[in-house]
Amino acid sequence: MPTLPEVPISLYFALSAILFTIGAIGVITRRNAIIIFLCLELMLNGVNLAFIAAGNALNSLDGVVFVFFVMTVAAAEAAVGLAIFVMIFRLKGNVNVDQINLLKG
Amino acid sequence: MDFMQFVSAFRWIIPEIVVTACALLVLIVEAFRRERGASLASGIICLAGSVVALYYTRCLWNQQTPLFNGLYVIDNFGTFFKSLFLIILVLISIVSLRYAAREEIGFGEYYALLMLGVLGMMVMVSSNSFITIFIGLEVMSLAIYILCGLFRDNLKSVEAALKYFLLGAFATAFLLYGMAMTYASSGTIDVKELGRLVSEHCFDITPLFFCGMSLLIVGFGFKIASVPFHMWTPDVYEGAPTSITAYMATGVKAAAFGAFLRVFYTGFFLFTEDWSAILWFIAVLTMIVGNIIALVQNNIKRLLAYSSIAHAGYILVAFVTGDKVLSSSILFYLMVYAFMNIGAFTVVILLGRKGEPNEEIESYAGLAARHPFIALSMAIFLLSLAGIPPLGGFMGKFYIFSAAIKTHYYWLAVIGVLNSVVAAYYYLRVLMYMYFKEPERELGTIDFSPAYVIVILVSIAALLYTGIWPRTVILLAQHSVSIF
Repeated sequence: MPTLPEVPISLYFALSAILFTIGAIGVITRRNAIIIFLCLELMLNGVNLAFIAAGNALNSLDGVVFVFFVMTVAAAEAAVGLAIFVMIFRLKGNVNVDQINLLKG
Repeated sequence: MDFMQFVSAFRWIIPEIVVTACALLVLIVEAFRRERGASLASGIICLAGSVVALYYTRCLWNQQTPLFNGLYVIDNFGTFFKSLFLIILVLISIVSLRYAAREEIGFGEYYALLMLGVLGMMVMVSSNSFITIFIGLEVMSLAIYILCGLFRDNLKSVEAALKYFLLGAFATAFLLYGMAMTYASSGTIDVKELGRLVSEHCFDITPLFFCGMSLLIVGFGFKIASVPFHMWTPDVYEGAPTSITAYMATGVKAAAFGAFLRVFYTGFFLFTEDWSAILWFIAVLTMIVGNIIALVQNNIKRLLAYSSIAHAGYILVAFVTGDKVLSSSILFYLMVYAFMNIGAFTVVILLGRKGEPNEEIESYAGLAARHPFIALSMAIFLLSLAGIPPLGGFMGKFYIFSAAIKTHYYWLAVIGVLNSVVAAYYYLRVLMYMYFKEPERELGTIDFSPAYVIVILVSIAALLYTGIWPRTVILLAQHSVSIF
């Protein structure tokens, strides 16, 4: 039975770095708070991929366990973050970070 | 047998358990309350819980043991920091008894979140594994994101919460990626194990490893508010409720420095030359940018925010030296810094009232003639921040700069001392307003609640004590860093 060729580990790390970078660029360039938050999640998923790939390559469970914690914390973060976005939306009518500029100097 | 050992391990974390239990108790008590007013009962539970936890933390002194398969560790370093956080919690909850009533913070969650934030800090400084450091950091951060936005109808407060949340989550992602890279190159997430593997050359030192180390510096650098990761600090400190600003400026900074120290002085200690080269520049930039921008601030909370950035720079000076014994000066400084900052913010709270925060420096004009007590105590806190003897701030700076000189970082010490001179200008400017200017308008009656006065007096006593007899605290700090 033909088997699929194994994907080299470096490609996983490359993909995780690409995901992380796309996320980071999104956080810096996008103006809508919810899109920024999605980009943050993308960064965390890049991290998760790196942990799983490393755990697989090293044959250790630590990386996989770490991913569970990252996912749990990301969910908690989403709850708090969305609540903050709702508060902003109630007061301002939008969640555009460009227009949230009361504090400066 | 194994199970019994597991259960008995929990006796080591009684302070954490007490804090968690009291936080949950506050939530239950709040659920059964009818009217939505500021809650005295929750404040008392918070205060009592933190005093009890402080007592149990005191019992852990000179005990040393790894816990839960090396995820957690009990040692003097952790115990010192835990005591510091609990002292901060006691002072902040005393202030909050009155401040929450004045600002109509009618949510009991306030006290629960204060305690959960301290729980996260305690976990952070005692963890020996990247997982627990991350969990502690997030427990602390999530509590503080909410606390920043506590004034739901105040756009400034909500804006502070939004900014802190977005940038905080951004920095956490960098910290995590740093941990992932370190794990991928070394094969361990255990900090002590990492140090051992490095010293025994058990794995190849790849560029990936150094990337991981740099990203960890970014992640921690954000939490301690060092330049160039300081953008959030002034905005968040200004927008957040003042009691929370004091809590953040002292507690979060101390917790981040605690975890930072443990990771870099045990895990990455063999690479001191590499990371201290990066941190040298960060320390210099942090001191200069913090102090220069503080010169032109007119809002006292913003001024204290920039001064807190500058103080992170001074503490980094001692960090850069990479000397295990002299790092005790960091612990001493964080302790002293907590008292002078909480004292100064309490004075800021004292002068404000609901809807009228009086945070402009102009509102301090002529204070000495009307309210000599407030002016004198503010003067003591500002002089201590500036580093004038015989106050604690002077001894803190003295230990830090002598650490830099002993390890031959002469330039760093010179830049640090020059920066303290610049800093004296903006602290003395507030002093000048209080003592030599005519008041522009009436401040009205000041609410001399015992809650504020006790905290101010305790802070002054602590500053005088650490300034005149620093030996006790510096010895405690030296015992704490003996674990490295």
